Amino acid sequence: MARVVVNLPAEAKKGEVIEIRTLAGHAMETGFRRTQLGELIPRDIIRSLVCTYNGVEVFRAELHPAVAANPLVTFTTVATESGTLEFRWTGDNGYSASHTASIKVV
Amino acid sequence: MITRRVFLLFSAASAAHAQLPPNIGELRKQALDEAIRKVVGGAEVRAGKVKLDIPPLIDNGNTVPLSVEVESPMSAADHVKAIHVFTERNPQPYVLSVQLGPRAGRARIATRARIGDTGAVIAIAQMSDGSFWSDTVKVIVTLSACLEEGLI
Repeated sequence: MARVVVNLPAEAKKGEVIEIRTLAGHAMETGFRRTQLGELIPRDIIRSLVCTYNGVEVFRAELHPAVAANPLVTFTTVATESGTLEFRWTGDNGYSASHTASIKVV
Repeated sequence: MITRRVFLLFSAASAAHAQLPPNIGELRKQALDEAIRKVVGGAEVRAGKVKLDIPPLIDNGNTVPLSVEVESPMSAADHVKAIHVFTERNPQPYVLSVQLGPRAGRARIATRARIGDTGAVIAIAQMSDGSFWSDTVKVIVTLSACLEEGLI
């Protein structure tokens, strides 16, 4: 089971810019490393992170092997209405993880 | 006449050459230019508006915190559409590219990167009016990513 952590405020004022921090547990194997026997270790990374706010896409990131292990991505969004934010990570070898968080806008 | 000693010296030198292409610096520069051209097209990239925040001296290239902030009102008419981060000396030039919109509220992203070697890190922002702005920071890496097997 893929482990992910998302940090965002539970409550925000309408129109406020909130910061969202996302972290996914993943080795982000670059595909450039070798074992002690000289065999290339195949690439295994998270390729994309998409955030939707009540079904509308607000952020999309494309990751490459040069992103460190356990990729941390921090971004912002405007708190427009109460609802849910859905985060979805996809990657090599069928990796997929998702997380939903709810926010109350007052 | 080739003595045994000279023969061994020559064979050792050619074996070392076989591992890496001789002009790897030039190849990486070409790859970086190609990657930037793919993002930018034929447009001009101007310096300014973008602030790339990354430590200038990096002890451990495996985890380098970096953030990119772009000056923009982030309104429907004038906002940042995308931010791209590249490195000069990694095996591949790409680090991260993100797509934003007016709903981001503020054009600021942060992540952690792997930096392979001493060189430039470049952030390019694409605005909604089609212009491109960039910031370049030269970093010094004492312990490279990619090489230190036991430390990852």
